[in-house]
Order: sequence, then C-alpha cells, then structure tokens
Amino acid sequence: MLRFLIRRVLQGIFVLWMISVAVFALFFIAPSDVARRLAGRQATPESIAAVTHRLGLDRPKYEQYGSFVWRALHGDLGYDYYHGVTVTSIIKEALPKTLSLVLGAAVLWLFFGIFNGVISAVKTRSIADRALTVFSLVFYSMPSFLIGLLLLYFAYYKLTLSGRAWFPPGGYVPLTQDPAHWAQSLILPWISLALLQAAAYTRLTRSSLLEVMGEDYIRTARSKGISERRVVVRHGLRAALTPVITQFGIDLGALVGGVLIVETVFSIDGLGRESLIAFNAQDLPVIAGIVLLGAAAVTVANILVDMLYAVLDPRIRLS
Amino acid sequence: MSQITGQMEALEPDPIDVVVSKTIEGRSPWQLSMARLRRDPMAIITLVVIFLIILIALCAPLIAKFTGHPPNMQYRTTGLTPEGLPRPPGGEFWFGTDNLGRDVLVRIAYGARISLVVSLVSTVLTVTLGVAVGIAAGYYGGIIDSVLSRMVDFVLSFPFILFVLALVAISGPSLVLLVIVIALFNWTYVARVVRGQTLSLRQREFVEAALSLGASDRRIMFYDLLPNVLAPVIALTSLLIPLFVVLEATLSFLGLGVPAPTATWGGMLSDSVVTYRQAWWFVVFPGAALLITTLAFNLLGDSVRDAFDPRADRL
Repeated sequence: MLRFLIRRVLQGIFVLWMISVAVFALFFIAPSDVARRLAGRQATPESIAAVTHRLGLDRPKYEQYGSFVWRALHGDLGYDYYHGVTVTSIIKEALPKTLSLVLGAAVLWLFFGIFNGVISAVKTRSIADRALTVFSLVFYSMPSFLIGLLLLYFAYYKLTLSGRAWFPPGGYVPLTQDPAHWAQSLILPWISLALLQAAAYTRLTRSSLLEVMGEDYIRTARSKGISERRVVVRHGLRAALTPVITQFGIDLGALVGGVLIVETVFSIDGLGRESLIAFNAQDLPVIAGIVLLGAAAVTVANILVDMLYAVLDPRIRLS
Repeated sequence: MSQITGQMEALEPDPIDVVVSKTIEGRSPWQLSMARLRRDPMAIITLVVIFLIILIALCAPLIAKFTGHPPNMQYRTTGLTPEGLPRPPGGEFWFGTDNLGRDVLVRIAYGARISLVVSLVSTVLTVTLGVAVGIAAGYYGGIIDSVLSRMVDFVLSFPFILFVLALVAISGPSLVLLVIVIALFNWTYVARVVRGQTLSLRQREFVEAALSLGASDRRIMFYDLLPNVLAPVIALTSLLIPLFVVLEATLSFLGLGVPAPTATWGGMLSDSVVTYRQAWWFVVFPGAALLITTLAFNLLGDSVRDAFDPRADRL
C-alpha cells in the first residue's frame, strides 16, 4: 500500500511537471502581444520594452520558468499581468464557486446514476428499466450546454414569466451567507452538469451489476437464504461499483471542460470562466496557476480513486 | 442490404479482408456479426436517420438555392423585426431567423456538414493512430510498450479543454486544428483496447505459425493481428463518432471550433444565448438537430457493439 502510494505520487508529480512545461512552451511559441496591449494605444517601442521588462518577459525563458517553479513550490503563483492581483487571490475568490458546482453535481449524478442503474438491473425488462434506458440514452446524447440552455429557457424564463420565479438565471450566493439561496442559485447548473453523467452512470451500473449478478458467489449468497436486498447491495453492488469508480476517476478530468461550459452558460465567476478570460488576455500567470491547480486536483482524485478500489473490492491488492 | 455493408465499411478505415476462421457452420465472426446487425430493427432505423442527415448535409447548397437564402446572408429588413429581433418561423423563413437575420434552416443544413466532416475525419485519424500504436506496443512489448502506457496516463490526466484553449489562443480557431486536437486527445482509448487484445493474440498458435514460416513483423501485424482486433475496434469506433459530434459542438459553442461566420450547430447555440428569451426557435432547432444526430449515432453504436462485441460492457 505504501509503495503503491509513493509510486503514484511520484507519477503525479511527473505529470504535473510535464504540464507546467507544456503550458510554458505553448505560450512562448506564440507571438505574445501582452506588453503591447498593456502599454496602451499610443505605445512607443520604448514603453513596450519597459513593460516587457517590468513583467520579466525579457529574461531568458528557462530563467522565467525556473523562477515560476521555485515560487510555485512556495505557494506563490505570481501576479496577474493586467491588474497586479496575486493569482492565489484570484483562485481563492473563484475556487469556492467551482467547488460548490462540482461537488453538488457529483453527488447528484452518482446518486441518481447508481440508484437508477440498480433499479434497471434488478428489474430487467420491466417498464421502469425501459423508461430509464430511454431516459439515459436521450440525456447521454445531449451536451451539457444544450441542457443548460433548455433549462434556462424553460425552468427560468418560462416559469418566471408564469409568475413562479423558482430559479435564478445564474450567479452565485456564498454558502456561508445564505445556504438556501446558495442551493437555489446552483440547482440549474448542477442539473446541467449532472444529467449527462447520471445517464452514463445509469447505463454503466446497470451492465456492471447485471454481469456480477450472474456470478457463482451471488448464487451462493442466495442459497444461504439472505434477503434479496442484501444480496444485491452487499454482494452484488459492491463488486459492480469497481468500473463505476474507474469511470469516475476518468470523468473528474473531463469535468474541467464541463465546468467551463456550465459556468459560461450560467454566468458563475468560477475557475472555468476565469481561465477563459485569462486565455483571451494571454494572462500567463493566471492560466498556469489554474491549469496546474486543475491538473493537481485530477491527479490527487485519481490516486484516491485507486485506493477506493481496495476498499470496495477485497479481491484487489494494490501493488 | 448493400447500404448496410456500405455503412460498415465506412466505419472501418482499412478495407482488408477478414481472415476466415473455420467454424462448424463455416461462417466467419464477421459474417455472424453482420447477420446479427441485420436482424436488429434499431440498427436499420438509426441507419436510415443517419442517411437522412448525410443527405441534408450533402444537399445544403440545394436547400440554400431553394429558399434563396445563402448561409451567411444577413436579412436586416425581412429577417429581423423592426426592433431588431429574430423573426419567428413562418412563410419565408421556415425555421425562423437568428439574431443577425440569417436563415436558421439553411444554417442548420450547413452546420450538419461541419459536424459530420469533423466527427468522421477525427474518428478515422483517432482509430488509425490508436490501432497502429496499440498493435506495435502489444506486439513488440518492452520499451515501446512502457512509453505508450506512460503517454496514455499523461493524456488521460491532461485537462483537455484547457489545452485546446491555449492552442486556440495561439493559432486561432480552425477546422484542421479542431480535428487534430480531437484525435490527439482520444487515440489513447483505442490504443489501450488494441494493445490489450494484441498482447493475448500474440501468444496464439497462428502467430507462432506465421513466425515459423518466416513472416516479417510487418506482415504479422497487418495480416494476422489487424483482422483479429477489428471487432472491438469497430465497436469502439461506433461510440467515438457521437462523442466527437458532441465535442465539436461543445468546442464551437465556446468559440474554439470552426470560426464564425461558418455555420456550426455549437456556434448557433452559442449565439442563441443572447436572444433565447425572445427566440425559442433559435435554441430548439439547432439543439434538436444536434440531439437527433448524437442520439442516432449512439443508438447505432449500441447495435454495432451488440453485434460485433457481444460481451463488451455498455457504457
């Protein structure tokens, strides 16, 4: 277990290092016009050079990269080019919004995905199974921005028009300020992000549980005379969840994209929107900070997921 | 029947004859799969729908000619209300107009072209790259194999969208970039499956027989291994196409796909955000086109997978 952990952490650090190099390389290959933009309309070559020098962009590339890594290791991600705000403060501001969005959506999709999948698998070929299969196929084929737009039109605009202003069109209310409004403002974004995933997990859980229920040890469990509910939940579902957890690990990486889209549709100033703004402004310190944070989160989550295997399925030994 | 066969060949980049393995009935796995597919009513229905979508994409210029509205023409007077809002569906504009007074119907037809071209070309690239690397890694093993496995790990943990953002910020959005980026970030799925299959196939007697006859590595990979990994690859391919349709739409929605004013479904939906309160048709019609396409490909993918790879998990 310890050896496994050390190996995975080392691998994760290697991946993070590769990503930091890739982000830097990409930006220095590009013809950067940050200094020209900052120097304003009436910029002379001298003032552009002065700005370039102030930002440290005239230093050798390896030196810029080296000082970035050195400072990052001390928890300092530098300043944004345009407003002189520290990158860590931008992240601190945006992170709670993105975390609220992601965690809420993940809870929703795991719960509904696994619950619906179990119903589908236990009552195969019933009306409920068929309805859930059609439901999950439709939402599996629907990109999250389309779900978001449709929700905005029907659940916000149409309902509000008819005098039932249940859902705001977006924005964010901090959890600490008002938990009820926090949930109310996030419910549509949560659904947009979770529906597609819930659909995928329904299908995955269904097929995985169906396969497990055909195993010999399920027959053994049944022949011991324990209740069917216990057979399904304790013996079946436990093993059936392994592929679901694998998929969850992969999806966490893909979630970065989903967050970007949902934050755009519902105007939430989270990390996704901040990175979109930073990209358009070629604001390298902000981009590097957010990309590295995202990659680190995905890496850590994947290690946790691998450790979860061993808990869920005693047949798996980590080595 | 010939239509189905045509479709299947289109899904599969290398039209190499499948080695017929002797079974009691004398039918190859390929023939069995095709027979299973032909018996599946859902496969036939979705194939008809996909055929119609392809037809609409091919006939886009004809639709433009018929309505008299080129895809990027802005009808400021007839296409917009006096307040400058999109016109609802009606006599002149069947599906209404967008916020610049362009014909939504014509733009949906042109958007189908982008959607299909991007998803199909990316799929061919992805599968070719994935199969080539997967077979090589599985067959040679050793260093090639461990390098591949590390690359797969790397790509899987890379925040894809952020990378695309960075690339687009540098070189500007374009169709070619879109296709390359999609292929670059998805070949690893194919490579992993093919590598796994190749690893077990390599131990089989027919590979040993080919080796002892003096066959070259290349011949073994092409004539002995490739036909045997095709079934899972076809099953995987059929699910990559709808995934790429969604990916194209998503990237275009974010302004990272094919640049405006080219009509794309994702781009149209992105424009519709501004006027969704006044113009439901501008959200619903492109959204329906996108949904029907991905749904049809997903359903076909399920049928193809059931036919070619009956034991595979449904995702």
